[in-house]
Amino acid sequence: MRATVLVRPKPGILDPQGDAVGRSLRHLGFGVEAARIGRVVDLELQAAGREEARSQVERMCAELLANPLIESFEIELADES
Amino acid sequence: MAVLVFPGSNDDRDAAGALADLGAEPTLLWHGEAELPKCEAVVLPGGFSYGDYLRCGAIARFSPAMSAVVEFANDGGLVLGICNGFQVLCEAGLLPGALRPNASLAFVCRDVELVVERADTLFTEHCEPGARLTIPVKHGDGCWHPAPDAHAEHVVLRYAPGENPNGSVDDVAGVVNGAGNVMGLMPHPEHAVEELIGSTDGALILGSLVESAQRRALAPA
Repeated sequence: MRATVLVRPKPGILDPQGDAVGRSLRHLGFGVEAARIGRVVDLELQAAGREEARSQVERMCAELLANPLIESFEIELADES
Repeated sequence: MAVLVFPGSNDDRDAAGALADLGAEPTLLWHGEAELPKCEAVVLPGGFSYGDYLRCGAIARFSPAMSAVVEFANDGGLVLGICNGFQVLCEAGLLPGALRPNASLAFVCRDVELVVERADTLFTEHCEPGARLTIPVKHGDGCWHPAPDAHAEHVVLRYAPGENPNGSVDDVAGVVNGAGNVMGLMPHPEHAVEELIGSTDGALILGSLVESAQRRALAPA
């Protein structure tokens, strides 16, 4: 089973990396009002089904992948083919 | 007193040396140890534990020694985290808040002036209230962000006006937990204990810790 975790700095948390990239994009002439930079974690995991995979990844996020004080996370499970 | 050593710690020996100069008997303790030696205080030194992969301090908090440190802290033991040690204590939930990359995105390495907001803690009792201290910082992730339940009593040290090197909220440089037995700070007191290298103000903080620990060692259980 493949899963992707998107970790984002929460609104209001200073994101100097996003600010620097936003400034660069504006400098290039793009109409960018804001940029925020997070992290993508692609996982390949063993799980009996989607429910189990989702609950495993939620636990991974709570325990390690995201710091709930400053980051939010979103989990995407790949379609089984 | 125990000084923890993680893979990637680099101020462990400076911290142990400074503590020894101030009268403590520090032992270096490898992070793989699941038990602490009998001691009154634990110091988490600066460095880049486990490479600081993912987030600073995030992986170090799962080391066997950290479970022992959490238990020690919950039982009232004295714990001081310096720089990376502060980051680890925040990730471990022992201190309120989190440390993010510096607002400038640059690694900052210089002396900063600090204001002592609380001189009534076990880690600052040698300081005068409101005193100005000169202690160096050297970090890339020192921008403290408060936890929702953080309040003014948690703040022990602030960067003096105009001195904030990292964008830390409300200029916070060091915090203590509600129970008063766990403190973390970004500046490095262990690098400011010799006149020869510019300042001895760090000895006020480490000396407070040493004396607090010695007092506890003498107190009847």
